[in-house]
Amino acid sequence: MAEFVMPALGADMSAGTLLEWLKQPGDHVERGEIIAIVHTDKADIEVEVYSSGVLQELLVEPGTEVPTGTVLALIGEEGEAPVAKPAEAAEPALVLAGGDGHRLLVSPSAKHLAAELGVDLATVEGSGPGGRIQRKDVERAKAAAPPSAPTPAPSPPPLAPAVPPAPPPPAATPAVEAQAAMRRAIAASMSRSKREIPHVYLSQTIDLSPAVAWLADENTRRSVPDRLLLGVLLVKAVALALRDFPELNARWEGDQVVRSERIHVGNAIFLRGGGLVAPAIHDTDQRTLDELMHSFRDLVARARSFSLRAAEMSDPTITVTSIGERGVEAIFPIIVPPQVAIVGFGKVVDRPWVSNGQLLVCPLVTATVSVDHRVADGHVGSAFLAAVDQRLQEPDDL
Amino acid sequence: MTKQEIRDTIVSCLCEVAPEIDPATVKDDVSFRDQFDVDSMDLLNFVIAMHERLGVDIPESEYGRLGTVDLLVEFISARLAATPA
Repeated sequence: MAEFVMPALGADMSAGTLLEWLKQPGDHVERGEIIAIVHTDKADIEVEVYSSGVLQELLVEPGTEVPTGTVLALIGEEGEAPVAKPAEAAEPALVLAGGDGHRLLVSPSAKHLAAELGVDLATVEGSGPGGRIQRKDVERAKAAAPPSAPTPAPSPPPLAPAVPPAPPPPAATPAVEAQAAMRRAIAASMSRSKREIPHVYLSQTIDLSPAVAWLADENTRRSVPDRLLLGVLLVKAVALALRDFPELNARWEGDQVVRSERIHVGNAIFLRGGGLVAPAIHDTDQRTLDELMHSFRDLVARARSFSLRAAEMSDPTITVTSIGERGVEAIFPIIVPPQVAIVGFGKVVDRPWVSNGQLLVCPLVTATVSVDHRVADGHVGSAFLAAVDQRLQEPDDL
Repeated sequence: MTKQEIRDTIVSCLCEVAPEIDPATVKDDVSFRDQFDVDSMDLLNFVIAMHERLGVDIPESEYGRLGTVDLLVEFISARLAATPA
């Protein structure tokens, strides 16, 4: 009998709330199949099983917060009789009050999506069991909604009022609450990092001429949906370079470093409304650029619709952030515990550059790495950045 | 297809990629990057959406030149006019 437990999706996650069961006792489940949705401070996460079999028993009801490691369900061998499921487990976790007082049955992810899209759930018709509102219902309602009316011209300001109007009472919408929880999670993780990890910061300017030219040529041969982004080349270069620097592809556990045999690059993705997540692309170094591009597009879409998976959140062995495309030339990022390094890329800028004694104008990027000094010294980080540079000079080999 | 219809489709594609954008607030003569918090993935998805809805392929080399709704409308209307019916 295998146990399905509340996963730890980050170094600072000590508990999570089970939101929804996607399978019921008696259902066959395959290794890697998503069977539950869990709420953390950062996002709602889809959680997959790590063993195949038959779901025997659900031990935790939706809406319950439990510590990480708590057994949520039992998975038995084929042929084992399931334990009768609790009646509550068949129903979704959230029951909200509608505007006219009636009760709305809403899936958690639909609730989040509605908050994100500004859709009033009271106007949405649910297509799920018992009229339950699902994500697709919210998406349909959003698509059917008329575009917002133009903002009316402001009326002339009133003459000085005798009494200033009272400020409206603060109202914590679900979106605001989610953003506050996200900030708390980031604050906890980053504070711990700066408190415990002695960072050493290194940077290197990299000439991207070969990579940019290769990409431009490659994309002219591709259909629009198949085009690659430069960011994918940067991530692949980092992953390949890491093969020669296993000390940076590791986790700090207890008082020692544990190297990872596989390279799972976490990709920092900003979320609309604030905050960010950094889910992993597994075995980044072994994927083709097309595979990486597909994974990256998929990750961004799912991160912004709150449908990431547990392993994507818990498995990164290093993180890459490219905030530079928003206008800054360099970023010196904070390591995400328990990882021991993080790589940053700034904005690509055309600058004078001397190559083989000639002054040229080249697309340059500032690559940085923040390294846990307990694990490695500056010369290791320096050599690693040089290796990333070298990989980017040979884009055919990425 | 009129320029107004092209303009409305462009704005619709933009809002599809970045749902927080209020279409009524889009300024046609100001760059997308200056108006909205969009990244390279958003811009690629925007180009893909326009390709699917309008059938126009915007070359990557033109991305930097077509940063506003006005410029896109001119580019796409010219492309559509040059396309045999």
